[in-house]
Amino acid sequence: MSDTSNNPMREAIETAISENPVLLFMKGTPEAPACGFSARTVAVLESLDQPFAAVNILPDPAIRQELSALSGWPTIPQLFVDGELVGGCDIVTEMYQSGELQQLLGKEGTAPVAEAPEPAAGEPAPLSIENLL
Amino acid sequence: MSVSPDELKQRIEDGIPGSRAAVTGDGHHFEAMVEGPAFAGLSRIAQHKLVYDVFGAELGDRIHALSLKITPTEDR
Repeated sequence: MSDTSNNPMREAIETAISENPVLLFMKGTPEAPACGFSARTVAVLESLDQPFAAVNILPDPAIRQELSALSGWPTIPQLFVDGELVGGCDIVTEMYQSGELQQLLGKEGTAPVAEAPEPAAGEPAPLSIENLL
Repeated sequence: MSVSPDELKQRIEDGIPGSRAAVTGDGHHFEAMVEGPAFAGLSRIAQHKLVYDVFGAELGDRIHALSLKITPTEDR
């Protein structure tokens, strides 16, 4: 464990996580995602009309390094809700499809659950991940 | 430097006792469907971490992206 009292980047990340009820660490911005996984995660949140804060990890490699050290999660994106790591793109997508994400965000009944499993309406999916069986 | 889907499959199955994996990929981006009793009772986060831990720092580096679909199975 590193000494957080002497680690401004770690402190800034912890503060951001505690101050934003829904926070997405991503590559690029919600308007211009730089990675298909980040784009898909943004699309899920936007399809639920869920306001969220976003941190672009690309400008400084130290952000990702400290974030992953803090969360124990190696990949980007990472979604935090109420200070807890929910997961990356796969988990967020699975939870959206099962309705768990809507429940977690207090969005029950406001969005279709069983239908519209593909949130990127109007655009081709950035990646085809699921349903390989 | 590229990685084969077969290598990932083997390492997941060796690293997580009782698991079975089906892996596809292009040498950098992979999709893995993994099932096994080791995942039963774990949160999604913990299930994914179990697989991530097999590869450690190779994730995001040598293995650019690994998409996971995990199914817990009954212990027996």
